Amino acid sequence: MSAGHDHHTRPLSDPELRIKALEQVLTEKGLIDPAAVDLLIETYEEKVGSHNGAKVVAKAWTDREYKQRLLENGTAAIAELGFSGIQGEDMVVVENTATVHNMLVCTLCSCYPWPTLGLPPVWYKSAPYRARAISEPRTVLKEFGVEIGDDMEIRVWDSTAELRYMVLPERPPDTEHMSEEELAKLITRDSMIGVAKIAPRDE
Amino acid sequence: MNGIHDLGGMHGFGPVAPEKDEPVFHAEWEKRMLGMFAPTFALGFYNIDEFRHAIERMGPQQYLATSYYEHWLHALETLALAKGVITEEELHTGHAAVGAAKSEPAIKAEDVPKIVATGASARVDADVKPKFKEGDMIVVRNINPPSHTRMPRYVRDKLGCIDRDHGVFVFPDSSAHGKGDKPQHCYSVYFSAQELWGSRASRNDSVYVDLWDDYLVPA
Repeated sequence: MSAGHDHHTRPLSDPELRIKALEQVLTEKGLIDPAAVDLLIETYEEKVGSHNGAKVVAKAWTDREYKQRLLENGTAAIAELGFSGIQGEDMVVVENTATVHNMLVCTLCSCYPWPTLGLPPVWYKSAPYRARAISEPRTVLKEFGVEIGDDMEIRVWDSTAELRYMVLPERPPDTEHMSEEELAKLITRDSMIGVAKIAPRDE
Repeated sequence: MNGIHDLGGMHGFGPVAPEKDEPVFHAEWEKRMLGMFAPTFALGFYNIDEFRHAIERMGPQQYLATSYYEHWLHALETLALAKGVITEEELHTGHAAVGAAKSEPAIKAEDVPKIVATGASARVDADVKPKFKEGDMIVVRNINPPSHTRMPRYVRDKLGCIDRDHGVFVFPDSSAHGKGDKPQHCYSVYFSAQELWGSRASRNDSVYVDLWDDYLVPA
């Protein structure tokens, strides 16, 4: 190590240059395979996303036994649909009802259930959300346009450990005739974080 | 440690600002950073707790002024240097030193689908007795370690109730410092919003926090 080496005070250079240098060194040393890096990027940019979580929710809405399994052992039930792995190794699903609204946060970093929701959006990783979701959830929800009645219970799940949470949103009314595939299209990422409700069908 | 990363309950950051039609990545370098995480993690020179702790040791001004993937980049650089995987000079020049040893990557492209689908669970298959059961009232220990902990400040000395036992997990406070996994039960613990934030909080609201046996004492 060079003299005066100090990561607290070293001015940041352009992250682009730093990442290039780091990747190049690790590649030249044979420690990483750039093709593996490419494939990981493609996986999270194109394949893994909240459409996975939407399939889980739609199945839970239409299959009572699946829903029970999902709430009892989220990891196993989600894996039934082929979703598992990095940042979703151990999953817990919490259910919104007429009296309970759940929302997720990671106050210490930005833990988030990648296999079902994809990579987290910037606002989820931001200081305002991490600071305020636990202490003023109703105000935060209002900023997202969600009003929760005073008589409703709000449960905020702070994922401080290696459990990853996902909200099972309420099924909107007048959707009884819809198929699982049609239902999945209604389900948004934000509803599975617990910062949105699923709009009743208006088309 | 009582670092800047422990943001829960702080004031002054303004409203949450969701971005409309947000892309998965905002820059090419962010993609490379994401893509390098699993391949470097698999090399085994750091664990997830060391990685988080490297981020937490950033200066507060730097932490708040940089993005999520810059935090990752900082942690990866810090750990690769600290563990001797690369040298300062290599990082500066962007090239491996002449005559540096050549290794085999831990993850090759063909391994990616399996790695993505498997991940690395922190659950430990060990017969460790739980200290608490569902429904037990607990108080969170009032400790302020300068080292890594996953006990956020806002629950210290607070009264809570065990909601569920998640089973046995690696203990981050130990694992982040090369002191072994110290496997123990991790619980989801219920706290009423009024216990945490006082009487102005809604009496209907609550926060559930995942906490390990070592953080808790019976109420």
